[in-house]
Order: sequence, then C-alpha cells, then structure tokens
Amino acid sequence: MENLIYKIGLDVGSTTIKSVVLKGEEIIFKSYERHKSMAVQKTIELLFKIKQIIKNNPFTISITGSAGLGISQKGNIEFVQEVYATKIAALKYKKDVDVVIELGGEDAKILFLSGNKEVRMNGSCAGGTGAFIDQMAVLLKLTLDEFNEVALKHKKIYTIASRCGVFAKSDIQPLINQGATKSDLAASIFQAVVNQTIAGLAQGRQIKGKVMFLGGPLTFFEELKNRFKETLKLEEKNAIFPENSQYFIALGASLYSASLTEKTNIDEIIESLKKQEKKEIKTSLSPLFKTEEEYIDFLKRHKKSDVKTKDINEYSGNCFLGIDAGSTTTKIVLITKDDEILYSKYLSNGGEVVSIVLNCLKEIYEKIENSKNKITIKSATVTGYGEDLIKHAFLVDFGIVETVAHLKAARHFVPDVDFVIDIGGQDIKCFKLKYGAIDSITLNEACSSGCGSFLETFATALGYSLKDFVKKGLFAKSPVDLGSRCTVFMNSSVKQAQKDGASIEDISAGLSTSIVKNAIYKVIRAKSKEELGKKIVVQGGTFLNDAVLRAFEKELEINVTRPSISGLMGAFGCALYAKENQKESSTILNLEQLKNFSYTVKTATCFKCPNRCTLTINTFSDKQTFVSGNKCDSYKKDEKPKEIKNIVDFKYNLVTNLPKKTNKKRKIGIPLVLNMYENIPFWVPFFEELNFEVVLSDTSNKKLYEMGQYTIPSDTACYPAKLVHGHIESLLKKDVDFIFYPSMTYNFDEHISDNFYNCPIVAYYPEVIKANVKTDKKLIIDPIGLNNKKFFEKKAFEIFNKYFSITKNEIKNASNKAYEGYLKYKQKIVEYTKDAIEFANEKNKNIIILADKPYHIDPEINHGIDKLIASFDSVVLTADSISFLTNEKIKTTILNQWSYHARLYTAANFVTKTKNANLLHIVSFGCGIDAIVSDEIKEMLEKNNKLYTCIKIDEIANLGAVRIRIRSMFAAIEEAKKNKKQIKEHIYV
Amino acid sequence: MSDFQYKNEERIIFTKEMKKTYKILIPNMLPIHFELLRNILIVEGYDCDLLKYEGEDVIKEGLKYTHNDMCYPCLLVVGQFIYALKSKKYDVDKTALLITQTGGGCRASNYIHILRKALKKAGFPQIPVISINLSGLEKNPGFKFSIPLIKKLASALLYGDMIMNLYNQTMPYEIEKGSSLKLKDRWVLNLSNQYKNSTGFGKKIMTKNFNDIVSDFSNIKINKTKKVRVGIVGEIYVKYSSTANNNIEKFLHKENVEVIIPGILNFIIFKADNRIVDIDLYGGSKIKKYICVEFKKYLEDLQKIFIDSIKKNKNFKAPASFEETKKGVLKYLNYGVKMGEGWLLTAEILELINSNIKNIICVQPFGCLPNHIVGKGMIRKILNNNENVNIITIDYDPGATKINQENRIKLMLASAKENLK
Repeated sequence: MENLIYKIGLDVGSTTIKSVVLKGEEIIFKSYERHKSMAVQKTIELLFKIKQIIKNNPFTISITGSAGLGISQKGNIEFVQEVYATKIAALKYKKDVDVVIELGGEDAKILFLSGNKEVRMNGSCAGGTGAFIDQMAVLLKLTLDEFNEVALKHKKIYTIASRCGVFAKSDIQPLINQGATKSDLAASIFQAVVNQTIAGLAQGRQIKGKVMFLGGPLTFFEELKNRFKETLKLEEKNAIFPENSQYFIALGASLYSASLTEKTNIDEIIESLKKQEKKEIKTSLSPLFKTEEEYIDFLKRHKKSDVKTKDINEYSGNCFLGIDAGSTTTKIVLITKDDEILYSKYLSNGGEVVSIVLNCLKEIYEKIENSKNKITIKSATVTGYGEDLIKHAFLVDFGIVETVAHLKAARHFVPDVDFVIDIGGQDIKCFKLKYGAIDSITLNEACSSGCGSFLETFATALGYSLKDFVKKGLFAKSPVDLGSRCTVFMNSSVKQAQKDGASIEDISAGLSTSIVKNAIYKVIRAKSKEELGKKIVVQGGTFLNDAVLRAFEKELEINVTRPSISGLMGAFGCALYAKENQKESSTILNLEQLKNFSYTVKTATCFKCPNRCTLTINTFSDKQTFVSGNKCDSYKKDEKPKEIKNIVDFKYNLVTNLPKKTNKKRKIGIPLVLNMYENIPFWVPFFEELNFEVVLSDTSNKKLYEMGQYTIPSDTACYPAKLVHGHIESLLKKDVDFIFYPSMTYNFDEHISDNFYNCPIVAYYPEVIKANVKTDKKLIIDPIGLNNKKFFEKKAFEIFNKYFSITKNEIKNASNKAYEGYLKYKQKIVEYTKDAIEFANEKNKNIIILADKPYHIDPEINHGIDKLIASFDSVVLTADSISFLTNEKIKTTILNQWSYHARLYTAANFVTKTKNANLLHIVSFGCGIDAIVSDEIKEMLEKNNKLYTCIKIDEIANLGAVRIRIRSMFAAIEEAKKNKKQIKEHIYV
Repeated sequence: MSDFQYKNEERIIFTKEMKKTYKILIPNMLPIHFELLRNILIVEGYDCDLLKYEGEDVIKEGLKYTHNDMCYPCLLVVGQFIYALKSKKYDVDKTALLITQTGGGCRASNYIHILRKALKKAGFPQIPVISINLSGLEKNPGFKFSIPLIKKLASALLYGDMIMNLYNQTMPYEIEKGSSLKLKDRWVLNLSNQYKNSTGFGKKIMTKNFNDIVSDFSNIKINKTKKVRVGIVGEIYVKYSSTANNNIEKFLHKENVEVIIPGILNFIIFKADNRIVDIDLYGGSKIKKYICVEFKKYLEDLQKIFIDSIKKNKNFKAPASFEETKKGVLKYLNYGVKMGEGWLLTAEILELINSNIKNIICVQPFGCLPNHIVGKGMIRKILNNNENVNIITIDYDPGATKINQENRIKLMLASAKENLK
C-alpha cells in the first residue's frame, strides 16, 4: 500500500511535546519528551526527525495542545483544539466509551461522549494536574516513580484541599511537619487530584458508565488510577486505560489531519517556524542588571550587612541556640554572648524535621566536646511551623511565634527598621513597625502563597537547579512581564511567554520580578512604595537569590538591607531571644539523652466532637507524647475546662437545639446553611406553631460536603455556599415532606445600613439548589421578606397555601411566634455579650471580635478558629453580637447596603472605642463583598491605632497557618500595650 | 423598601460653574452606544472624552488602587480613569469623571465609591465623579437630567442596539470588506447630527430612522454562507467591553463566526421591572411602582417599534421583546432574582436557544457573585432541557491569559462546527 498518506499529529503541551505519525491505520512513529519551555525549537527538531521517515511523500498535519496554538500560527499548521482531538481518537478506538478523563501537565479535561455530549477543561485554576503532582513530589523529596510506589503502600488518606495546588500545599506541609508518612501523603495527594477532577470539572454531572483515562499522570501513576476507580466506584471492566495513552491526543490530531489538504513540503513548515523562533516579545521589563559592573557594585553594597562568625574551637563561655523549624526548611544557629555565629545550618527538611534537628544537635554537642574550652548551651528557643513538635521533642526552653523571631533578628542589623519582609519557601511574612512596635502584620493569604518553592518547582520542571535557574535571570536582556497574581495564574502566564518564544533567561528574570510584585502589591497591598517605609530589611531564603533581591530594589526604587544570613534570620532571632531571656540552665536534652532519643509516629481520629480531627501522635523515648492535628483540646480527657466566653459556641448550640416539637405526620426539613443560621430562630417557632416537626440538616463536615459535591455548578463560589449541597443531600435522606429554603433578597432592617440586602449568593442560592439537585421531595424556595410583618403574613399565606392547606389565622399565629422567637434569640445574644464584656473587664482579658457572618459559627466553616482564640485566654464575640448590642449605624465612605456586612462596620467601630477589644476579620474565600468591606474596616481601625487582622478561610482544615497569625496578633497586641505604657511613662516622667 | 438613603455624603459636587470649564471623561463601555451618548452630551454643552485606553498599564493602575479581590470591571474602570488622569493629557483641576451606577445588591453599586477612594489614594481628591443612574441616587447641580435628555439617552441606547445588531448580522457575510463598518460609522455620524439639531429622539423620527437603518443595512451586498453562530451573554461590562473581554468579538469574527450579542435595552427595562417585582414581593410605595410601570411602558413601546422595523425586512432576525424574553425563564428562576444581571442572563441564554443559536459563551469577571447563580448555576439545567446546546463560561480577570480563554473558545467552536455539518 505505497500510496497511503502519512498523517502527522503533534501535541505540544505546557511541558511536553508528543507526536504520532500514522500510515493508514498503523502508527509508524511516536515520541514523547519534555520541551523545557523551548517548544518551537523542539517542534523543529521533531519535524526533522519525521522528515527522515516520511521522506518527500505527501502528508497531512495538524497540531494541538496548549502551546500548539501559537506554533500553529507560526508554522502555518492547522490547529485542532486538544479536547476535540481527544474526542476524535476516543471515538475511533473505543466506541463505547462514555466519559474520558485526561490529566496533562497543566490541564485537566473531561469529555462526556454519551448522552448530551460535552467537553470541559480546567479554567483559570490549574490545580489537580500533573504540574501539581510534580510540585508535591518535590515537596516530599521523591522522584515521580518513588512517589507512585510509596503511595501504593498507604494506610490512610488525609483530607487535602482539592481546589488548587497552593491550598493543597498548605494542607500537606503541616502534615509533613507532624510526621505523617510519605506513603499516606502521596496517596492523599492523588486523592486530592481525583476530588479536584470530580468537583472542578464534572461540576454536577455524574461520571458513570465506561470511563477512559488518558494523559501522562494517568499512565504512570498506578495509585492515581486506583484512587479514581475507588472514588468513582468503577468496576474493572469500566475503567479503561488504553495503550499509548500519553500519545492519545497526538493520535487524535493525526486522525484529524486526514480531513485537511495534503502537503508535500515539510521544509516549508520548518522554515517558517525557524523565522519565528527568535521573535521579540512584546511585554518585557528592563533588565535586572545592564552590566557586570552594576552587579559587582550591588554585591559590594550587600556585603556590608554581614554577621561575624567565630570558630567554635576558639570560644569559651555560654552560647545560645536558635531553631527555626520552617515549613520547608529547618534553620539552626548557635551564637556567642557577643552575637557571633558559632554554628549554623540551613537544611531542607523533606518531611523529617525531628531527625534533622536531632542530627544537628548531635553535631553541635560533638563540636562542643571536641573543643578544649568549656562551652555551655545556656538557653534555646524554637520557632516556625514545627515549633510545638520540636519544643516537646527536645525540651527547648522557649517557643516564640515566627514574626517575633524575625523582628528580633532584623533589629540586630537595622535598629530603627520600619519594615521587615521575609519571603520563605511557602510564606511571605512582613510587618510594619511604628514607634518601635509591630504595627501591622501581613501574611500571604492562602491563595498567593508558594513564593519561594514555586520558583524551585518551576526550575526543577524546566530541568535546572533553583540557584542556576534564578541566576540565569541576572543578565536577561528583556525579562518577560508575567503579571502579579497567584502562582497558579503565573503558570499560565509562563505558558503564554513560552508560546511567544521567550528564553529561559527572560522567564527566570520575569518570575523573580513576579514574586516581588506579588509580595508588594498582593500581600502587602502597598499603594505606593513610600508606604512600606525607608529602612527595609529583607530576609528569607528566597532573597538569597540576587535576582529576586535586585527585582525587589528595582520595584521599590530604594536600596534595602539583606543580611548575609538572610536565610537564617528566624533562627538567629531565636538565638537572640534565648540570650535575652536566659535562665539558670537550659532544659534542652543533653548529649546523653540525645543518644537514647527515639520517637514513633502514629495517627488516630478524635471522636470527641463532630470535627473528627485526624491526630498525629508522636511518642518520644521518654514516653512523652505530642499530639498535633487537633483543633481543640477536647482530646485531653481529664483536664478541667477553664471558664470560657465564646459566643460562637454559644450560638451554635443555641441554634442547633432549637427544634423541640415532634410530629411523625408532618415534617419539614430546613438546611442549616448560610442565612439559615440567622433565621432558624424565626422559622422553628413558625413551623412548630403550624404543627410541623422541624428537621434540621446534619452537622457540617467534610463527608457531608463531599456528599453534595457532585451537584456544585460553580467551583469558585464560597465554601459556605458549596456546603449547602451536602446539607440538602442529608435532608433528602431524611423522612421529611418538604424542604424549606426560601430565596431572600432582603434581611430585617436593623437600621445600621442604607439598605439591608443579602449578598447575591446568600439571597439566591436556593435557586441553584432547585436547578441542580434532583429531588423527590417538595422544595419550597419561594422568595420572601421578613422585614414587614404584615406583608410577610400576606405573602406567607399565598406561598404556603400552595403547598399545604392553611388558614390566614394560623399564619398570623405562627408569625407572632416567629417574630417573638427571633426577638428572644437576639435578646439572648445581647445578654451573653454583655456578660462576656463584663467578664473580660473584670478578669482583665482580651476581647477578640470575629468580624464574621452568621454562617461562620459552623465549625466546618470556621475550622475552630473561635476555640483557638479562646484557648489564648480571650473572650470571643462576633459581629452580630456587637451590633445587636450597640445598634449603631456607622458612617462609611462606601455604600453600606448588605446587612451582614453592615454589622462588621458596627463591630469595628466598637473596637476602636474599646480598649481591650481587637478585631479579627474572617473572610471566606470568594466573598466578593468582603473585598469592599475589608479595606473600609482596615482604615477605620488603623485611624484609631488598632490592629487589623484578616484571615481567609476555605476548605483548608489545618490551623497551622492560622495559629501563627493569631499568635502574631496577640504578640502585636501585647507589644502595643507595652509600648503605650512606655509612651505614657515618657509623658509622665 | 429598596430605596437608598444618602445623607450628607462627603463628595465633590459637579457644579454649574464646572459645566462650563470642565472636561468630563467617560469610560467606553459599549462602543456604538457610548459614542452616541458622548455626542448627545456634547450637544448639551458638556465637554467630554470617551476613554479608550486598554492593556497592561490600565490593569496595573487598577490593581494598584483597588482591592485584590474586587471584580475585574471595577478594576478596569478605575484603572482606566487613573491612567488617563496620570497621562498628563488632561488638566486634573478641570476634569470630572462620569460613571454609571445601577444600584442593587451586586457589588457594582459600589464602583463609584471605590473609584472615589482610589482617586483620593492616587492624589486626585479634587476630581468630581458624576453618577448616571435611574434611581435618583446622587445629584449634581451641574449635571441635570431633564426629560428631553433622558429621552435622548434612551434613544441612543436603542440606536446603539440596532446598529450593533444589524452590523453583527451583516458584517460576517458582506462581499465588500468593510462596507458594514462604513455604514455603521455613517449612521453614528448621521444620528449625532440629528441630535445636534435637537431631533432624533421623538417616536416619529425614531420610527423613520429605524426603518432607514434597516433598509441601509439590507442594501449591503452579502453572500449568506453557512456559518457557526455564537451568542455572547454575561456580566454586562465584560459582555460589551472589548477591554474586559480581550476583544472576544474580533477573535470570533476571525474564526469565521457570526456573533450575536443581545442588546442593552432589555437590561434597562429589566432594571425598571425589578423595582415593580420588588414591590409585589416585599411591599413598597405605590407611587414608585406607578413611575416604574410608566417608564417601563415607555421603553417597551419604543422596543416594539424597534422590533417591528427589523421584522419588516426578511433578511434580518429581530431580537425578542422584553416580555417574550421574560416568559421563558420562570421554569428556571423566580423574578425576584434581581442582583446583577439577575434572571435576565438566564433568560437571554434561553432566548438565544429559542432562536436556534445553540452555541453560547457566558462571560463574567472571575468570582462574579450573581453569575454563580444565574450563569454557571443554571447551565446544567439548560443543558438537560435542551438538545445540542453548547455553552461555555469564561472568567476574566487580570491574571487570566488570553491563550487559555481562546483555547476554550476554540474547543467550543470545534463542537459547533461539527454540529453545523
């Protein structure tokens, strides 16, 4: 069959290039390789290879893939959309397939081939893809093969946020630090990918029938396949993993090309690609360094901020130990009484922080023993994610919060420093100083973290070491402008740059600049560079890269101080703290104890409350145990609880215990979600008066969420909204006649705002439920308003009369009870609030007001933040409790028209007037209205010298990061107190 | 009940004096409509400029002066204004800004306030911002809404809708490239001249103009080949503004597609209709209801003339009236769903499907709250109830890259082309 035409299919993705050449039905050539961001060049090379095979015979060709679009234009090759190409191949080879799931480097796709044909791919979120697994493998220090192998041996699956890579990472990191095994983590990461695919892509459409799995990750990772099969409950015969899975899309492109006009000259394509290979890129930045001399000057300048070191053999006397057990690295510093460094280490922990510290301590003791002089570790301090664990394991004297440690170190170099920024592996931390006290602390929100480690992962993905990769950018001629949003989006920007043919050098310099911009404009949210201050200290491992440092200085247009020990600042600060607070003798384990040191890690689940925390239990050689993963202290059996005032707990118990009446014949189900947390005290008496038994949905938890996940249509809606689906599912399983969840555009007018809207999500989520959840139960979602009692009665009669027989009089009675019930509820809140404030004043305690919404009392939504704050011996109140108490309308510069948010202004105003009160703004990821509100509250508080702290929460279940923020907040509150005293003393002296 | 009460706000009032000496900057939200709108304002004695800045620099300014999580349209409008003010092209002590304000539970009602905040931060606290709204929100002595002015503005929206509609129906098929564009420009000029002569906005003259526009467009020589037709719906700003949607229309035209974009008139009627429904559902003033009913009727009358004049010509498909559009949506949403584009967005999708336009792109800013409900939230049900419908949703924000968006559109076009066969 000589005259069969060659069909060439190219698939150029974000990280790899694949090709297939068909002759007739037969694959005569295929290839798969990483293109290391040199997509055009690799395509040319590949075409040369293909030319060797097909010679000068006629052929057809088409190209697909995310980087293929650009190349298609450059080389004048027909482009076929990749999902479409997949579909062509799937239909050709596996006719009876119902669903295709394909995971690629940065893309995830799902195709529904039977029934209503649909194709979906991931949008602005690149989480749950191959790149995500790569990133996680780097984090666990495993090759991809090892990663798969250990995953197969897992015993337990942890819950890891499946929305985006950055979130997942902040879930995994603490687990690593707590000593979770790599096997369990790897498997959990695969599970997260599966969840992301189902939630993010299927978006409500059920995946059933024969499912075909495609793409690199699904070819190579056995355990990922298992996770999919298990989660989708697929029988063996319905899970199809075809041969040549990684070439499948290229195969589709090749098949598609059959419909195109024949070509004869492959050189023509190669030539036009070559011409385009080195085209200038439009948006580029000025070079970091124009000349070698500029770079040398820069190095000289930064050399000045050096720390003296001293040979341990030449020293005698006391020394002080600082340990920074960070999220990805562990740093240890030992200093003399004159602050000289005797010993220092900067190590990647790869998940084993305890053994790293153990080895370092042994090394230090050995050095001390070998020295002729007497050296004593007088005291030691630890900070960082692993603080608690290390403190317990080695009996370290002090544990301090990271921010305090960093500030101590920064002051050592620039005593009048007014701004410190630390970019570490996973976090950006920065704080402003005013009158020598911490004025505000900013940590990166969950959505834009991953700074340093992102660079590293990217370097690795492109086949470079971090150092080499960043270095490449130093003299880049035209750095690519990669934008300044979160790292996930950066991925796409890089993709675009690759498409435009940017060089590695330019991409490297661009990424360094992006991280800096991200820090300044996203995390610190600086409006102008002057805002940061004049005396700036930068630190953290990421700033050890000259390119990043330079980009930072260029962006701010000022010179900053980078201590030579930039990466060790946390540990150095700890050592300084140890020196300042030294005791008679240190409790830290001695060499003898270290030699006998051993520890084991176990996991367990706590059943004391609905949170069902996964506990990681470390048992040390002295039989001491250390438990982490807990959200509260209830796992400890015997301790007597302290007196706590926590209105979140109070409200939650109040609301969930409201339904009293039972009636087997008439049952109405109400989902305990969003605004219902506020309205239950209204509806329960209403329906009970109408002789209904009110059945509330089950308690929120991850399981409940997952139960409803398959009907969620918009994955970027807030978590409280997405939880509604689970609540409705739980009601569907109950014996109820109706499910009541009305649309509510408005709330009660509390006279604290210009209008009294609900946000669009709260107002209309019932409509989403109606349109997306199949139910055999009657769903009552009619719009209703409660503000006008008379009008309510009129409308309520119209509505309920449609569903069951009822008289106007019955409605009237029920309505009386409902308004009464709601009023009573409010009164109870006010009483509790008054009590709590009095209690705080009497006992001299801090009051922390959660600037929250009614649904934030759900433990699955707040992740136990309230209990965490209470455990710091503070009184916890909420926005509504304050606004019910004061009823004050606050003047705002913006339109104050949403009821729940209006309460936040009222609460903030209360804080400005109350000495021992501080505010913590709780924002659910995706809350658009809080974007407006947070700036306004921040201004209100700062004008009155109060701290503004904001915590963004999502599905993330780990409190590690939240704990740091809250501790920092308390440290700042304490500093402010001290500082005020000092100022006062000044005045009165 | 949903009335705003604004008390003694601190804002710079646009005074009568300013009218004489100030230049008013207007963001270009809909190219044809706003061109006409500007020309009307010029006739009224205002000195105006339509801002067409776009690209990286505008986004940069927007990012600097708005909250990270604020919606993209807000960021762009703020960015565009501040970029213009910093450009030195305008005397910042003699410049005012004009912005539309819809009111309602969506974040968009706050754009004007966020803009003022941003102006302060960027060092332009002296600049007055004029609000264009139908709710009597903010008043300015130097910028008054007379009945004739409201009529003129309403007529401009109708003309804009008509030219946009016919242009989109003609351009993809024109034989002589550029002829539709030429005609479009000619009509914008013609209408502006009419406004200059204080005409063009009465019912009679509008009827004549509508007929003339239709007949002019039908005279363009076309070759009606079979093309993929794609409807665009979504959040109002992203839907119309090429700055926000990375010029989606142009991209689709290049892909050999006929683009259908529902006009703005239904959105305006929708806003009036909301107020009526609101009073029915939650109570409220009867006088207010009466005014809204009258205003709605006025617009619907004009709409009828508009539709009739297109219907008379076989070559063109007329858009559906407001009431027709509204009818179909009740199976999906109740009429109380009013925030943002509310039920109208879903209704527009259904209306497109009804007119056999089964490829639909729903565009919105990333994290758009109402669209979680009325856009993404309804698509599953729409797909279940209608065969061969091909809908994608695309999010826009400063970080989303064009390549990803275009890739997704290409995907939908691949299926669309297959369905065409």
